[in-house]
Amino acid sequence: MNKKRFGSRLVAAPYYVWAAIFIIVPLFMMIYYTFTDVNGVFTLANIMQLGRFKKAFGLSILYALISTIITFIIAYPLAYFMTKIKISSQRLILLLVVFPMWMNFLIRTYSWITILANTGIINTFLGKLGLGPLQLINTPGAVILGMVYDFLPYMVLPIYTVLSKIDKSMLEAADDLGCNSLQKLRRVIFPLSLPGVASGITMVFVPSVSTFYITQKLGGNKTMFVGDAIEYLFNLGPDFYNVASAISLVLMVLILLCMAVMNRFSEGDEEGVII
Amino acid sequence: MKIFSKIYIALILLFLYAPIAVMVLFSFNSSGSVWVFENFSLDWYKELLFNTSMLNALKHTIIIAVLSAIISTVVGTAASVGILALRKKVTKSLVMSATNIPLMNADIVTGISLMLLFVFFGKLLGLHESLGFITVLVAHITFNLPYVILSVMPKLKQTDSSLSEAALDLGCTPLQAFFKAVLPSISSGIFSGFIMAFTLSLDDFVISYFTCGHYQTLPIVIYNMTKKTVTPDAYALSTIIFVVIFVLLILYNTVQNKSSVKEAAKI
Amino acid sequence: MLKNNIVELKNISVSFDSEKVLDNLSLEIQDKEFITLLGPSGCGKTTTLRIIAGFVEPDQGDVLFEGKKINGIPAYKRQVNTIFQRYALFPHLNVYENIAFGLRIKKLKENEISLKVKEMLELVNLTGLEKRRVDTLSGGQQQRVAIARAIANHPKVLLLDEPLAALDLKLRKDMQTELKKIQQKLGITFIFVTHDQEEALAISDKVVVMDSGKIQQVGTPQDIYNEPKNAFVADFIGESNILDGIMLDDYLAEFSGAKFKCLDKGFEKNESVDIVVRPEDVDIVEPEKGMLQGVVTSIKFLGVHYEIIVDIGGFKWMIQTTDGQNVGDKVGLFIEPDAIHVMKKSEYSGKYGDYSSYSEEIEHLSDIIEEDEN
Repeated sequence: MNKKRFGSRLVAAPYYVWAAIFIIVPLFMMIYYTFTDVNGVFTLANIMQLGRFKKAFGLSILYALISTIITFIIAYPLAYFMTKIKISSQRLILLLVVFPMWMNFLIRTYSWITILANTGIINTFLGKLGLGPLQLINTPGAVILGMVYDFLPYMVLPIYTVLSKIDKSMLEAADDLGCNSLQKLRRVIFPLSLPGVASGITMVFVPSVSTFYITQKLGGNKTMFVGDAIEYLFNLGPDFYNVASAISLVLMVLILLCMAVMNRFSEGDEEGVII
Repeated sequence: MKIFSKIYIALILLFLYAPIAVMVLFSFNSSGSVWVFENFSLDWYKELLFNTSMLNALKHTIIIAVLSAIISTVVGTAASVGILALRKKVTKSLVMSATNIPLMNADIVTGISLMLLFVFFGKLLGLHESLGFITVLVAHITFNLPYVILSVMPKLKQTDSSLSEAALDLGCTPLQAFFKAVLPSISSGIFSGFIMAFTLSLDDFVISYFTCGHYQTLPIVIYNMTKKTVTPDAYALSTIIFVVIFVLLILYNTVQNKSSVKEAAKI
Repeated sequence: MLKNNIVELKNISVSFDSEKVLDNLSLEIQDKEFITLLGPSGCGKTTTLRIIAGFVEPDQGDVLFEGKKINGIPAYKRQVNTIFQRYALFPHLNVYENIAFGLRIKKLKENEISLKVKEMLELVNLTGLEKRRVDTLSGGQQQRVAIARAIANHPKVLLLDEPLAALDLKLRKDMQTELKKIQQKLGITFIFVTHDQEEALAISDKVVVMDSGKIQQVGTPQDIYNEPKNAFVADFIGESNILDGIMLDDYLAEFSGAKFKCLDKGFEKNESVDIVVRPEDVDIVEPEKGMLQGVVTSIKFLGVHYEIIVDIGGFKWMIQTTDGQNVGDKVGLFIEPDAIHVMKKSEYSGKYGDYSSYSEEIEHLSDIIEEDEN
């Protein structure tokens, strides 16, 4: 018995080695770079410099929050309506919702420029009606639209998964106990779907807060977000890795905090939210 | 209510597919503009055949995706078996937390931290260039592993433990028991883990961006292109990829449905 | 008769996570017998089976197979096969391939395999279902495939871990008869695990009653029912009224404030004992003719007979009778000497009270709980 178990435990050894070197050590590398200068000497200078990126952090968090909320507002009814239709259509629509995730997101995002630009599809159309042109591209609205668009499937998927798993007898019990549909939604369905909502929120918030492509393309590079800052410093070359590392470290801590809050809702639901 | 929900679903799908439709449309544009559609033509598909940098990048992308998917599927499946065999709950949850790090972390943080690791050790080893093929591959395997583990592990948990005991009971050695009894019942999990790893790797931009050096994959080339002006051949390539993936996905679904029937017919 | 032990367990102890599951257990199992390990969930019966199969190594003690020690020999090298609780059929293989599984591992020739599988299918009445996927079979059919798969390997001992637990009552009864038939036909040893006492009595040559990792009694079904060794066995097997009593002398016992002739002897004078009287062995008579008098407190009609509860001096007796009574009736109880069974006091004495809290619901509930635990 013990021998058998030892054998099966051993097969994970390559993974443990891999995880140690490429998951754990990199985190320490980030800490190391954050607290040293280019020559590897201890310094707090990188941390001190973070004040300059206060605005970037603030903007990133604000935009990510707004787009997460909008994504949720759009995704929840969608997921809910999806559970109400025929099973075969549910599969098809799920496939359609997920499918854009397999498309190169740079191209998908870039296509929005074609739609939103001053000479783009919407404004051309408005022009024919004698309206506009409206300034759509390079606005905060366009950035949020991009985030919502790119990360919507991440919100729909976990919520749909949880909703579709709700035991039908639970809903019948609610009917039986005298809930009308609205009460049923508020008192039974929504509380039961919270784990899905929580993982949806993290799955949208994390990439939104750290994105750098959407902000550059749809925001017109007017303002610097955290992701932009990291990318910018990275491109400046090795001398700036230490500061980039400091920003990344703070970003990670921020995300972990957000995670910790969200985990309180999704405890015990470690699997099933990923297709 | 029914009508309303159908309209709602349709509107969301319209929203999701509008940019993709635009992309497909402009890939057939006769002019080089991605703004104004002139006439239908296949010029950009022909052009694509001569765009060596993009074709090269496509080759790189596929090599990385295939290799990283295979390696992470093998290592990840073995890891799932080993992690589930762990006795102590504490060790198990520690291992799972470590596994979850690349999943939860922002891609940009994963990318930067791996880049720092590679650069640090590249410097130690005195390498002229620390980033390249190997580092992208390692990075892709690293972020693929948790997805493989998370799709294999639940299947493994569901598998009745008496299944492998039954095989042992009927004379299998432990290794035979795994391959003959356990593996077939988790094969769908392994398969979907592999597919997920492959497509994630195919599509990854952020982590590749920080770890690829001069070994440019397709998303990197597209990114560099969108910094300047995008020509419709990028759209053409994306359209082709779109169609290929779409066909693969349909195939995958039918295979999943038919595999059971086939299994019975094979014997 | 010469003892011909095929399996022997000697002083086996096992703990899981410092919890003792088997406590110094010894058991001899003879060749060709149908032996049942019977006990409530958690009594260690399944662990005992798994030790014989080779899935659990004992912390202490020896496992002997045909007189040879087989501790440490892995499951796949032992000449025993198991039928698992939920059958553990391989879902990726069809009926034929499931049955052929062990034969293929042994690298038998294809025509031998085909003959063997055919023979097995006939034995379990599944001819014609070779190509079926196992998950399209009914519970009873899956059960038969599991049996065929296990015995195709020609084990000397077949281990059955609650194999009938998932079947409905009617099917379970049929399978009991069928298992018995198969065992006699094959002439091999069956070691059967169950928590269903009726099943154990119906099917076995020998019953081993277990509780808390220890064997409480070994014997034929008749022995176990008629001569339970202690209060646990008496309570677990069938219904019983278990009373505190005193053995005044050989063949004379006192309980419920009266003296009774009995057939038991060999106790100390005035030794405290447990007395068992089975509900069907009590006759209801006119109050004045009874050895004990009491009042009927509840009646239940069960078809074959009535089950009535009679209060005698605060102790509630259960009595099965074919005569109807009314609640509140005064009745007398008449007990023949051979209806009284005297047991030594044990750790179980006093744990099993009277039928004052008895009700169908509670028993039903405990059945469900037991099934869940399994």
